[in-house]
Formats: sequence, structure tokens, C-alpha cells
Amino acid sequence: MQRDPQLNANGELQHLLSIEGLPREILLQILDTAESFAGVTEREVKKVPLLRGKSVFNLFFEPSTRTRTTFEIAAKRLSADVINLNIAVSSATKGESLLDTVANLSAMQADIFVVRHGSSGAPFLIARHVKPHEHVVNAGDGRHAHPTQGLLDLFTIRHYKKDFSKLAVAIVGDVLHSRVARSLIHGLTTLGAPEVRVIGPQTLMPSGVEALGVRVFHDMKAGLKDADVVVMLRLQNERMRGPLLPSAQEYFMHYGLTIDKLALARKDAIVMHPGPMNRGVEIDSSVADGPHSVILPQVTFGIAVRMAVMSIVAGN
Amino acid sequence: MKLLIKNGRVVDPASGKDAVGDVFVADGRISESFSKPDKTIDAKGLVVAPGFIDLSARLREPGFEYKATLESEMNAAVAGGVTSLACPPDTDPPLDEPGLVDMLRRRAKALERARVYPIGALTVKLQGETLTEMGQLADAGCVAFSQANVALRDTQVLWRALQYAATFGFSVWLRVEDAWLAKNGVAHDGDVATRLGLPGIPAFAETIALGTLLELVRATRARVHVCRLSSAGAVEMMRAAKKEGLPVSCDVGVHYVHLCDRDIGFFDANCRLDPPLRSQRDRDALAQGLADGVIDSLCSDHTPVDEDGKHLPFGEAEAGATGLELLLPLALKWGAARKLSLGQTLSRITCEPARILGTASGRLASGAPADIAIFDPQAPFRVSAEALKSQGKNTPFLGYELQGRVRTTIVAGNVVYEA
Repeated sequence: MQRDPQLNANGELQHLLSIEGLPREILLQILDTAESFAGVTEREVKKVPLLRGKSVFNLFFEPSTRTRTTFEIAAKRLSADVINLNIAVSSATKGESLLDTVANLSAMQADIFVVRHGSSGAPFLIARHVKPHEHVVNAGDGRHAHPTQGLLDLFTIRHYKKDFSKLAVAIVGDVLHSRVARSLIHGLTTLGAPEVRVIGPQTLMPSGVEALGVRVFHDMKAGLKDADVVVMLRLQNERMRGPLLPSAQEYFMHYGLTIDKLALARKDAIVMHPGPMNRGVEIDSSVADGPHSVILPQVTFGIAVRMAVMSIVAGN
Repeated sequence: MKLLIKNGRVVDPASGKDAVGDVFVADGRISESFSKPDKTIDAKGLVVAPGFIDLSARLREPGFEYKATLESEMNAAVAGGVTSLACPPDTDPPLDEPGLVDMLRRRAKALERARVYPIGALTVKLQGETLTEMGQLADAGCVAFSQANVALRDTQVLWRALQYAATFGFSVWLRVEDAWLAKNGVAHDGDVATRLGLPGIPAFAETIALGTLLELVRATRARVHVCRLSSAGAVEMMRAAKKEGLPVSCDVGVHYVHLCDRDIGFFDANCRLDPPLRSQRDRDALAQGLADGVIDSLCSDHTPVDEDGKHLPFGEAEAGATGLELLLPLALKWGAARKLSLGQTLSRITCEPARILGTASGRLASGAPADIAIFDPQAPFRVSAEALKSQGKNTPFLGYELQGRVRTTIVAGNVVYEA
């Protein structure tokens, strides 16, 4: 088996491709660094010069608003030059291959590639072909991983709960297609959360998911019982009605998060969602906007976490 | 022309012979001993065995010359000691017309390397709707009929195709995979695919399709060869089908007795294969099934893919691996792991596939075609792109240290390869 391609020969973070396999120390380094940046985002002058003169290419082969924007803001606060490329409507449609696109951008002196791609593993392919001084940050690949989202989720949980070692975390919804769920599960198990639950119908559970270190619940009420953290996953429109689910209404009936269901969790439970939300499908507005919700702070923390990731890889 | 191969360890799996001795060749056939050879090969310290017979090797012509050419792949075949190979019909256009088959055979013959046995398309353009002219294709040289890796979704057509083939005694070679269950899948449905976020193909996509096929064999008595088993469940179903006396045989690709889904590692596109690599348990059941004879034959499933086809994210990469030159070393590795004799090991790539193909080769009996591989079973071999003659450099075994190098390959009494 080859070395984890995201670590350099010294075991430091060369690329961020997946949370899986990252040592606990690196996860904590990212979270602690993000903590130090959280202050920057509240200052009047929100910039630090860590990436001055560096170029960050946002390479999005799939549409995204939130993730792309927060990466852009994060890079700018680190004083980097940011170039946004919406490949979904440019080179790829002209038939240019993924590696050709990257090689061309590399010739334009890139330092960091932030990559989102619809195919699982695409950032690994890119990381294998970039120059030694270039870094790849995975901004979501297929169903595989969304490590910066996972990290900002971990950051949020740590912010509100301080300690992972006694937590019960329930992840609800379409785990089958969710890169967010996979990244968060790996992060939680690495940081020692004793109970990670996934809740959803069999049709939305990938086979052998227990091997990731989670308990599977099909009954949401049983799964939410005494949970400290509830993470709701987005259900894509095209999956609401078809062979996986009969309708959005029935999905909401079984797995939508309402105030009644949330009452089964601990009194101080926090509710998270990676966005964008489908109100009335996976989450009721009264919960999304309610006192347990930390959905908007997640977005804010996302900037600090992405600043941390980019500054760490660029420094290695 | 009289050829003497002397002092070699002669291993003939068909007869069980394994002893140091001489092999005599006259007029392109294995012969009784004679005194004055025109040429002598000293095989001291080497194994002299029947040339290998590969039940699935894609030569990529016509249509995919950018992936490989007849010439490059025929050179790869003889470098791997393969003297006969069956090529699936998934060329472009597919082998569904006698003229195409005839041309392929002529072009292959002109190269004077291995013998090529085309497998005809079972349905026109492999579209699963209209039967091909099997009688005319057989006259043109097709040894069997197949859908290659293209699923035949319509069970009515499958039933009729088997009836028609059975009427005339043609063999039908089929992969088994339910197209609906396999839809969009790129890896074995299990914890590895779940971890990597790859859409899965469940093992029951194979066993359900095999169940359907065996039921149709029961009804039609068509002679069916099941290609590329990938799951433990399918091995057990084949065991039962054979016990029942159904006219079936089966093979496994050389990758599947050595590798499993964990070998995908960090999205190694060289492990993108069709069928997918399955679990360790499946791999072990396949290796054992091949050892105990439920699986008749081991094939390379040689599928050269160009770099562009593999320099893609795992799920988008083209399926397949090059294999002709790895068939021997990987067979030896399998046999050693299962503690089989050299004769037992080689039977899976000589006399057993010969039986399925219906050829007289694959043995060293007097009068058999003089197709011979002379090899050093211990010679080390590091798999690298440079070491492969095939135009396809795509193999999960890149970097592996294997043993077994072919020194001389003989087809119809002529030396066609010397290392």
C-alpha cells in the first residue's frame, strides 16, 4: 500500500484530500489554527499576510455557492490572489481532460488548487500529478469526502461542546450519497467521540457503513435519544421521489427534524446542517431557526477553518 | 522440420507427466522420438509445457487501434507463452459478421504468432435484440458466441439465443451480471466502496443473473461457459450446477484470485475492472474454486487501455487490465499459494481451457499441435510499463515482484518468441 498521498515525506499535510487517515495531531492542529483565525474575522481589518503573493485557484467542476465563496473569502483574508474557475461551464464542456486543465493552470503559477468534482477520488488524481510545491484542497468529491466541511463541523462541535470524549452524535438522512457524513464520521471517530449514530431508511444507508464505526438506526426517535449533536443532511431534490423514497412528505414524516423529535435529544443539544437546507423536507423551520440551531455559526466558522487549512498546507 | 527440445522438465498436465526428458516436434506436431533433428533447443533447468491457452484476450482490432494493435498484442501473447487465445467480440464494429471474423483471422494468421479463436457476437451489434448468423459465423471460424461485457437485459432474447445455439450445438459464453443491479456501479458494493464513496455493484447482481442463466440452461440444454466469476456465491452455484450435470463450465480472470476491493487503495484506476474486484472472502473462494476444479480455467481477461482511459477519476476510468504477459507468473503465484503441483497449476491455462475451446492443443501428446512454452518458473520479474510488450500498461500489478519468465514460445513447431 502506498503512503497516504495527502502527507509529505515528513508526515505533514501536503494536500487535504480526506479526513480519513489523518492523524489526530493534524486534525487538532487545523482546529487550533482555525481558532486563532476566528479572531481575525471579527477584526475591522480582516486580513493576515500569510499567503501574500500566492495564487489560489478555485476549480469547481460542480456548482457551489457557499463552499466556493467561503474558500474565496478565506484565501483573500490570507492575502492570496484568488482565481475562480467554473469548469462546469468552460473547459470540461470543450472536452479538455481534467489533467490537461490542471496542467494549464499549473503553468499559470498556481500554489493551491481548491477542487470540487462530481467523481469520487478526482482530487487524488490531481494530487498525483501536480508539482511538488503545489497543494490540492478537496472541496468535495462525489460521495467520497468533503474534508473542510467535516472540519468545520468538528470545529463547531468543539466550540459548543468542548470535549469529544463523551458525545453522542446523530447524523440523519441521506448517508448513502453524503460526502459530508463520511468526512464527519472519520473526524469524530479519530477525535474519540464514543457514539456516532447514522439515522435513515435502508435505501439511504451505504452497505457496510458500520465498518466506519457508526451505529445504524432506522427509527429516528430511537436514534435521537439523548444525542448531544444532531447533524441533518441535505436530501437532493432528484432523490425525493423515485426508487429510494416515495415522496418528500413521507420522508419528512419519518426523518424530518421537528421540535417534537428534537425533544428526545439532550436539552442542550445543538442542531447542524451543511446547507443548503430544504425546509420542510429534512428540517422544520422552527428547528432551523430555533435556539438549538448553530447552522449559521457553522458558515462563519467555515471561513476560519478554510484559512487554517490553506495556511497549513502552504507552509508545508 | 524436426525440432528437439532436450533436457527440460517436461510438464504435461493432460497426462500428468512431470519428468526431465526430451520433446520431439516434427511437421508442426508433437512426435515420437527421432534421431536427426534439424534444430535443438537445450531446455536444461527450464520447464517445457504446452503453450498457454487464454480464454479471453482483447486484441482491440478492429476499431480500437489507439489502445492496442493486433501486432502489439500478439507479440505480448507469445512473450507470455500464450499460443492460443480467444478474443471477445466487443470490437468496433463488433464481431457480428462473417467478413469481419474472416479478416481478423487472416490478419492474425499473417503475423505468425499465437492462434486466434474469435468469439462471435451472440446478437447483432451486441444490442441484445437480433440473433447473429451463428451458422455463418461458425463457418468463418467463430468457436463460440458471446455478449462480451455487454449485458443482455432481455431474458426472452437470452432464452431464444440459447435455444438457437443449442439447436446447432454452438457454445455460448456469457458474463453474468444483472444490468439493473449493476447500473452506475463501479466497485464491489461493500465497506470499501462505502468508504471511498464509489457506487457499488452488489454480489447478488452476479448470482441473480447466474440463477437466471442456469435455469435457462436447464430448459434449453445449451452448452454454456460462464465467464469471469467474481463472487463466492457464484462459485457455489456453479458447483451445484455441475453436480446436477448441467452442460456448463466457467473461468475466472487472473486478477480475481489475487486481488480484492481493498487493493483499490487510494483510487487506483488500474483496479477498475469489470466485473469489480470483490471482498477478500470472494477472492479466497475464487482461488479455492479454481483449485478444486469447480472453476475450470484461469484467463488473463487481457484488456489493454490507453493512458487517457485510465488518467481519470476511478469511476470514470475505463475498466480493464493488461494481462497476457502476466498469465503465467500469476498462475504460478496462485498455484504456489494453494500448494498445487506445477502440473495442476498449469492445467488451468493449458488442457482445461483447451477442452472448453475444443482444440487439440494444450497437451504434449504425440500428434498434438506443437504449441509449446519453455519457461523458467523461478526467474524473477518486476512488473513495469517498460517490461510489458503489450501496448496496454494498465495493470494493478505494476511494481509487483513475480516469478516465471518465458524463454521460448513455439506455435505449430515454429519458434515465435525467444527471450
